[in-house]
Amino acid sequence: MTAVAADVAAVATLRMADDCLVLSHRLAQWSSRAPSLEDDVALTNIALDELGQARALYARTAELDGTGRSEDDYAFLRDEREFVNCLLVEQENGDFATTIVRQLLFTTYQHAQWSKLLASPDEQVAAIAAKAVKEASYHRDHAAHWTVRLGDGTEESHRRMETALQALWPFTGELFERDDVTDGLVVMGVAVDPERLRAGWDPFVDGVLAEATLARPETTWAPAGGRRGLHTECFGYMLAEMQHLHRSYPGVAW
Amino acid sequence: MTDDARLPLWEVFVRSRRGLSHNHVGSLHAADAEMALRNARDVFTRRMEGVSIWVVPSAAITASSPDEKDAFFDPAGDKAYRHPTFYSIPKEVQQL
Repeated sequence: MTAVAADVAAVATLRMADDCLVLSHRLAQWSSRAPSLEDDVALTNIALDELGQARALYARTAELDGTGRSEDDYAFLRDEREFVNCLLVEQENGDFATTIVRQLLFTTYQHAQWSKLLASPDEQVAAIAAKAVKEASYHRDHAAHWTVRLGDGTEESHRRMETALQALWPFTGELFERDDVTDGLVVMGVAVDPERLRAGWDPFVDGVLAEATLARPETTWAPAGGRRGLHTECFGYMLAEMQHLHRSYPGVAW
Repeated sequence: MTDDARLPLWEVFVRSRRGLSHNHVGSLHAADAEMALRNARDVFTRRMEGVSIWVVPSAAITASSPDEKDAFFDPAGDKAYRHPTFYSIPKEVQQL
């Protein structure tokens, strides 16, 4: 890989790593607060899977960007503007319905992404994908089942799912956004065109929503900016909580 | 934790390796069998404990009553000849 190509690839792995880390932290916030013990364990299991994917991707990013930074450097010593995760994963947990909708919309995207990366010419990324795609498949399945259950459940659960879907849907546009990085990767054959990811995402999400008796929202508002470090208000608070210990006691271990 | 009483209880059986039988590992709440399987996967097999899971509605199990313990089990107490202790088992046989 040329230096320029490696730089572009490093941005791509960093985006994926930040998606995984931020979602992992949000899911971990459910620990001891989920509606049932069973789902407390399920959500924190998923959080741990996402954290494992983040670690592998940060390690690869550090090689590609040539900085040799550690996972902790990426997670705890960058400021809000340096995080390039999508806005969807940073959105607050809200009620259980909101978390499930966020899981459905994002893990369907993530599963499509990992599936494509199985064939990545970057052997390390392909190896990470081989492990991650099995995890993502379960995460997507978990979200899809809960979506159907709650959407086609009681009047109250249906109402909550509808509200959550309306609130989070606008953030899905950003997942398929094109820019210099995604275009560069397509040219290099390292990643797939976001439009082709959408071709896998749309039918799956539509199928689950139909089974859940939920209507696909029609929205025109499509916020973006996460990939350029411009985040929503809630993200700064999350980061402050996540980074506080490491920044107050540098290098602390427990 | 909210009202779990609305969700039925399920008994979970896990087979740890091929060739062994399913063992009872515990119980959990779930709305239906599909959800019970997924919950069981998350709660009981997160440390590679199994290769197969069964879930059974707890209500489908008919259990012996503690009151019947004497009538059920005591008569077997003095019948040592029922125990297969009169032949030796090869060392290689680990599961019997």
